[in-house]
Order: sequence, then C-alpha cells, then structure tokens
Amino acid sequence: METTLREVIKQITFKHLKKFKGQVFGQNLTGVGWVAGTLPKLYEKDGVIELPMADVANGGMVTGAALVGRRPFYIIRYQGYNWLNCIFIVNYACKSKEIWNKPAPMFIRGLSSEGGLGPVSTSSHISIFYKMPGIKIYSPMTKNEYTKTYKKFMKSDDVFYVSEHRKSYENKIELKNSLKKNLDIILMPISVTRFEAEKAKNYLNKNGYKVGIIHLYELKPFVLKKKWISMIKSSKYGVLMTDNDYVDGIIRTLAHKINEQTNKKVYVLGLKDKSAGYTRETSNFPPSALEIITKIKKIKAKKRL
Amino acid sequence: MSYKNYRLKTFEKASLCRNFENEVFKRVNEKIINFPVYLSAGQEYVPSSIAQIVKDKKQKPLIFGQHRGHSIYLSFGGNIIELIDELLGKKTGCTRGMGGSLSINSNKINMFGHEGLMGSNACMGVGACFSSAKPTIVFLGDASVEEDYVLASLSWAAKKELPILFVVEDNNYAVLTKKKDRRDWKAKDVAKAFKLESYDIDDQPKNIFSVLKKNLFKKPIFINVNTKRLFWHSGAGVDEEVKGDRLTVEKKFLGKKAEKIHRNIKKKIENLWKQRLEK
Ligand SMILES: Cc1ncc(C[n+]2csc(CCOP(=O)(O)OP(=O)(O)O)c2C)c(N)n1
Ligand SMILES: [Mg+2]
Repeated sequence: METTLREVIKQITFKHLKKFKGQVFGQNLTGVGWVAGTLPKLYEKDGVIELPMADVANGGMVTGAALVGRRPFYIIRYQGYNWLNCIFIVNYACKSKEIWNKPAPMFIRGLSSEGGLGPVSTSSHISIFYKMPGIKIYSPMTKNEYTKTYKKFMKSDDVFYVSEHRKSYENKIELKNSLKKNLDIILMPISVTRFEAEKAKNYLNKNGYKVGIIHLYELKPFVLKKKWISMIKSSKYGVLMTDNDYVDGIIRTLAHKINEQTNKKVYVLGLKDKSAGYTRETSNFPPSALEIITKIKKIKAKKRL
Repeated sequence: MSYKNYRLKTFEKASLCRNFENEVFKRVNEKIINFPVYLSAGQEYVPSSIAQIVKDKKQKPLIFGQHRGHSIYLSFGGNIIELIDELLGKKTGCTRGMGGSLSINSNKINMFGHEGLMGSNACMGVGACFSSAKPTIVFLGDASVEEDYVLASLSWAAKKELPILFVVEDNNYAVLTKKKDRRDWKAKDVAKAFKLESYDIDDQPKNIFSVLKKNLFKKPIFINVNTKRLFWHSGAGVDEEVKGDRLTVEKKFLGKKAEKIHRNIKKKIENLWKQRLEK
C-alpha cells in the first residue's frame, strides 16, 4: 500500500527523536489522536514533551530548547493559536542569530483546518509570522515536499514554520506544476487550496481555457523562478493566487512581489474578510474549485469588454 | 570559603559594578551614549552576591537577564572592555555593537541577551534549563514577575524540578509605578503556591548566602530580593535620595580594606573608559 503524508511525517518525527536526539513539544500531544496520527506513540523519556496550557510561555520555552541546540519540533495543533504562540518565537528565536550570534533552530508544525471550526480554529494564520525577519516558511502538502523541507531544516540554523493542513494528511500523490507559453492564466495556489485549484485547472482546460498551475510551498524566502517569470509574462491575464489564510494576508504580499517582477495582473482569492462561525452558511471556507472557475470566467469576460 | 571572605569578595564585585555604572552615568550625560541605558547602580548586591556563591561552587550556569543587566554581566565575569565597547556601539562590543544597554549578551559567560519584552527570559530560561539540564539563573524585575507567561514558567519549572534559580531584583518600581499600586500579592507567595522553594529577603549578602548555600541548582528556587535603584529607570538622573544604599553600608562595615579596593577599582574603570574613548 502506498504511504500517506501522515505516515511520512510520523517517520520523520521518529527519526528526529531517535537518531538526532531531538525533542517534540506541544499541548495535548499524547493521547488526543496523536496529532491526527502524525506523531509516533512516544513519551517524555523519548523526547515527546507535553507542555502546559500556557501558549505564550510555551513559545518562549521552546525557544529556550532551541537555543541550547535541541532542534525542537513545536506542534501548534490549530494555527489560530499562533496569535499567542508567535510572540517569543518571532521576537526572540527569529532574531537571536542576527543579534546575538546564537541561532535557535526549531521546526514549528502549525496545523490548519478548513472551515466550520469557529472564529479561531478555522484556517491558516501564517501571515502574522510572515512579515518578521529571521523565519523561513513552507507549506508542504505532499510527501516529497515535506521530506525536502525537513532536510533543509537539518542543514539550516533558522526557525522554520511548516504550515500543514489536516486535509493533506491522507494525500499520497505529488502535485506537479503545469506550464507552457501563452496560457490564459496561471494559478498559484497555497496550502489546501492546491487540491481545489488542480480540479479547477482540469475542468477549465477541458472547456476551452488554457490554464497553467504553479504549486507554491516555499513561501519565505519567496523566489520566482526565471521560467515562471517568462511564462507569466507570456500569459494573457496574469496570475490567480489562492490561499487558506485571509485574503489580506500573505497572498497580497506575494501578489505584489509577482506583479513587480512580471508587470502582470495578479488576482487573489483567500478567506473572506469576515469572522467565521460553525455552520456551512456562517463559516469562512477557502476558495473552492467552483469559486476559482467562476473567478477565472469573470476575469476573462471583463477583459473582453 | 568563610562568610567573611565571601563578604569581601562580593564587595569587590559590587564595587566593580557601581564604579562601572557611575562611568556610564557620566557618558550618558555627556551625550556620548545616546540610546536608552538602564543603570543598575544600587542593585548590584543582588547579582554580585549570587555570582560569588556560584563561583565558589565552581558552577557555570546559563544566565538569562533582563534590560537592567550591566551588573549581572560584570558580576559573572563578563569582559569589562567588551561592555564598554558595546555601550559605545563598537563592533568589538560583547554583542558586536547590536546590543545597546538592554540586549547585552556574552557567549563566554553563557549570558543570553534580552530582546525587550519584559519577563520573556523566564520562559527561555526554563526551556533552556529543561532541554540542557544545565544550571540556570533567570533575573527578573518586580514588575516583570507579574507577566502571565512568567507565572506559567515558574509553574513548569516547579513541575519539572529544574536546577534553576529565579531572582527577582525587587526595586519596588515598574518605571515609576510602585508595587502597591500594581498588585496585592507577594511574588514569594505565588512562587510558593507553585511549590517552589521561595524566599523574600533584602540584599544583604548574608541573607542571599544563607538561602542559597544548601539547595542552589539542586532544585528550583525562587528568591525575591528587596533592593534599591539609585538612578532613573532609564538614562542618567536621580528620582529621589536613597537611604541605606547597600554598597555604602557594606563599605562602611568592611572598613579600610574595602575603601582601598573601591578606590583602586574606580581608578581602573575610569582608565579603561578613557582608553576606549580615545580609541
Ligand atoms: C512586555 C513588556 N511590557 C512593558 C514594557 C515596558 N517596560 C520596560 S521596563 C518596564 C518596567 C520593568 O520593571 P521591572 O520588571 O520591575 O524591572 P526594573 O526596571 O525595575 O529593573 C516596563 C513596564 C516592556 N518592555 N515589555
Ligand atoms: Mg522594578
């Protein structure tokens, strides 16, 4: 049977603990579903440390563990808790190398989910980390991407924020870019929206559109490859970015960077600028394939006028 | 080491700190130093007494100080010239000119810089102590100990029985707001509620010596030490006349020997500042 991303995360964590004597910190790790099955069933003696329910302090305590070289994994079970957890990570761990020449490498696993969980636990919240210096941000949705991200971490002495999505844990396939010259539009989706963007792309290409896709998972530092730039420049309508964070979050920043380098329009679809409730009607979901298709149809119609 | 000897050695450290701060005071007034400076004069007996005990026990703890850290740095053997250079913003400073007065750091003495969010060092100190199992000291102010994340850190240090010492340098002030206007509890009582061995004492070296000599780094300990800040919260000025300055009291008690030590250290520090300023 082919393995899932869930299995790969579990194996990487096991290796990190056993081979590299690392540590894994977080709340409610041992027991409550073992972090959606991504954590091997290990305990404090193996390096899996249950933290108290003190999110602000915890971010600082893990920073301390990083300062003494334990390369901790830090699991934030819902990214909404980033608001409390980010404080000492962005203000100390991320700055420590530059100011004090004391790196604090840590691998933050922030889990996001998709709608229906109310005002805090719904969606991704990486924008609050994004603007700060000294952090690297990835959002792997596939096994290869996750493995590459971990390998990069082990060669680095930086703080890594790894934005995961619960919906990706069952994923077994790799998501590939599809690019050529003179496309109508190029999709640049992030996080869980990559799955819906794939569906939208396939549908549109079967219905007379020429749609390409660039899957984004290396978010900071953000590098637009030369090939991407030339493909975007040759496209008719530019780029449509999609994300599972708020629309005025990191996609706006990235859209601007892309626009600066390509002089093309970059459209964005993310979470709407509203608070989320718990039902299908009141929640705040990331853009679906249908919404992506509708948006592209609108872009095309507008351009024709 | 006998207590008598300890007391003299502690005086030597405290005198170094005081003379150093007096020089900084001058440089701030002369506008040679133009960024915010947090002078620790008046409070130096807290780090000096502890540093002397630690030295006698031949320990080299991880040190997590706060913004008012010159005396911590000097008491634990931080290089004097490198601190002068730091305050002059030079690359040769202990923090390569990045640290100012607030964020000083020294790899040589295991002192971790502070970023400016008061009390954060309690969290970092607890995490570093837990993950390294090394003896650790966290210095806090009487206001910083009010931060929720500091309390959470005390709780976890107790739960994990860490080899850590929390020191509150209680000068009664958060900038200029007095303790009585901020809270109705004693830090010692809260620490005790978390099951830490805890004390509330003044900054006589005898008191610090007696509470730390037995269990230091054998279990988590919390000491709230009442002390007096001679100068402004930030910058070089005097808020009010301080009665019972510890260094003056100790110098008087120790007599001629101490006076001579103090004079010599003063000369040495003045010369070092002069040399670095001429460089
Ligand atoms: C989190 C945070 N809140 C507020 C401040 C502003 N501030 C800087 S120093 C200080 C007073 C700190 O008092 P205390 O901890 O007693 O230390 P002391 O200055 O007396 O040495 C305050 C409120 C800050 N730097 N960080
Ligand atoms: Mg104070």
